[in-house]
Amino acid sequence: MKELIKKLTEAYGPSGHEEQVRALIQEEIAGLADEVQVDALGNLIALRQGDGQGRKVMLSAHMDEIGVMVTHVDDKGFLRFTRIGGVVPPTLPGNRVLFANGTVGVINVEKGIFDAVGKKLPPLEKFYIDVGAQDKDSVPVGVGDAAAFLREMSDLGDRVVAKAMDDRIGCAVLIETMRRLKKTPHQVAFVFSVQEEVGLRGARTSAFGLDPDVGIAVDVTGTGDCPEDRPMAVSLGKGPAIKVRDSGMLAHPGLKELMIRRAEEAGIPYQLEVLPMGSTDAMAIQVTREGVPAGCLSIPCRHIHSPSEMVDIRDVENAVRLMVTILENPIVW
Amino acid sequence: MYLEPLSNAVGVSGAEDEVRRIIRDALGDHVDEMREDALGNLLVLKRGTGPEPRPRVMLAAHMDEVGMMVVGYTGDGGLKFRAVGGLDARVLAGAQVQVGPDHIPGVIGLKPIHLLERDERERIPKIESLVIEIGASSKDEAKKAVRLGERATFLTRYQELGPTATGKAFDDRAGCAVLIELLQGEPLPFDLYGAFTVQEEVGLRGARVAAYAIEPDAAFVLEGTIADDLPRKEDVSPTTALGKGPAITVMDRSFIADKRLLRLLFNTAEALGIPTQIKQPGIGGTDAGAIHITREGVPSAAVSVPCRYIHSPVAMLNLTDLQQTIQLMRAALEKWTP
Repeated sequence: MKELIKKLTEAYGPSGHEEQVRALIQEEIAGLADEVQVDALGNLIALRQGDGQGRKVMLSAHMDEIGVMVTHVDDKGFLRFTRIGGVVPPTLPGNRVLFANGTVGVINVEKGIFDAVGKKLPPLEKFYIDVGAQDKDSVPVGVGDAAAFLREMSDLGDRVVAKAMDDRIGCAVLIETMRRLKKTPHQVAFVFSVQEEVGLRGARTSAFGLDPDVGIAVDVTGTGDCPEDRPMAVSLGKGPAIKVRDSGMLAHPGLKELMIRRAEEAGIPYQLEVLPMGSTDAMAIQVTREGVPAGCLSIPCRHIHSPSEMVDIRDVENAVRLMVTILENPIVW
Repeated sequence: MYLEPLSNAVGVSGAEDEVRRIIRDALGDHVDEMREDALGNLLVLKRGTGPEPRPRVMLAAHMDEVGMMVVGYTGDGGLKFRAVGGLDARVLAGAQVQVGPDHIPGVIGLKPIHLLERDERERIPKIESLVIEIGASSKDEAKKAVRLGERATFLTRYQELGPTATGKAFDDRAGCAVLIELLQGEPLPFDLYGAFTVQEEVGLRGARVAAYAIEPDAAFVLEGTIADDLPRKEDVSPTTALGKGPAITVMDRSFIADKRLLRLLFNTAEALGIPTQIKQPGIGGTDAGAIHITREGVPSAAVSVPCRYIHSPVAMLNLTDLQQTIQLMRAALEKWTP
């Protein structure tokens, strides 16, 4: 799975610009679905018909990552930008970003890093991207162009670190589930959604279109195992997390209990998750049309929204196992 | 060109009647269907000439303007009020207003400079402390003239000054004016739905239900948007600038524009030699924010006429920008395919 994770996380895909990730995933899932569609907003939907005895299930992992968009090219060729999704300013200075056309830039802040040390970080308007251009006319990108972090995946053995683990790891879990799922009674829609980071927009519209009986998102969640972390009972390596609640959603209790039951029956380690801040596609799915019982299978992840998000590969493997067994069995409560 | 009567008409969010009437009259002979929905959106259909089933394109412009609502009375016969939509308290003190459906003239009081303490000169009066005077000398008199809940807006008359027009509510009567022109043109191969929406300024509410009803295959929102090109700043891009053509949104706080529609707009503009500008990404929101996530999603774009000083008593736009917006949209619609 590490090869797949590397390919996915290193791909370019800030919210609204998911084409390259979508093309990559389409290749990976070729032959694994009965039907593949791309909807009006760009969601990739792969359908598995099942044998008709089960329920209509929507699974969702988002293809987009946080990024930045150019707002101004100045006289010397430096770029000003605005955020796409929840970019965290302290993570920016010194980082590299990649544009769709392959241009690479470095982010820094006015007065430079040394002067910024020990002082309050200025607002985003004071940041800029340096693409190394000689002058304004040789800048190969312009206003409206989007960029995402440029970073290779690092393999630490049991753990891997990459940018955009949020939520390419969820995409990887869905792809691997499609590979391993041989038989299911359910009609399963594997949705690789767009624009989650800017407001769960792809999940909202794809859920409306699919009108599922059940919705499960697969996304990262935080951990409480780093120095001075906010209290959170989730740690790397203790198993995938079954979401109880986050800031936007209370998981359907029946679905949550079912997920726990399947994990215990199959001897898969799991953790229960209460995330104090942040939400997922499941929040949008839950309040679609007349309402959908919704839950979330989370991959514990450190340093979320930094260019170096870390997951435990065993948690990922166990998440796939859990997802497969949920889909192979009845979904009832 | 309907910009003048539209700008002069009173239509604060939730009470868009006057604006709706003007548009109804303008479009009566030019559309095949016209109806008003539950929220007051005016929805019109210009049927296409192509064979059924025909694709649908929705064009939206909002009828409402930001304004004020009367919430109480003072003992001396004045009216207490609050903002409806994003109204900055700084533009209120000393403004001339018109209140209620009968357009009763009023003035928002302002303490004369002679009487101000030094620190008072620096402070922005809070909206809660401002009062509309309508010439009533008692609470009872004021109550007889104006009911609670009635709306007020600025008493600004449209005027042209050289290449520019000034008036109130260009956000979004400019968009409405553009939309009227487009609907008065020749039919297209596809079904063209015009949505003159309500309550955009208080949360894109009209657009949400209009898009749900229309179920379009694509949507274009027509707006009057922020132009902050004055004072001219060194090496800083304005949100948009007057005289530089229609502004196209790539991304704002409410939505990310569909790439195919963006290509259509930019290619069409280039082919016709119409100047365009990209609205500074990440600023503001429009009806597209509600439309694009309706039902199964709608590929959407927003094209705006740059306007200085929106959400104030007087806005200013360039009439050539307005004409070019109409030209660009007309040509883009002729080239649009599903």
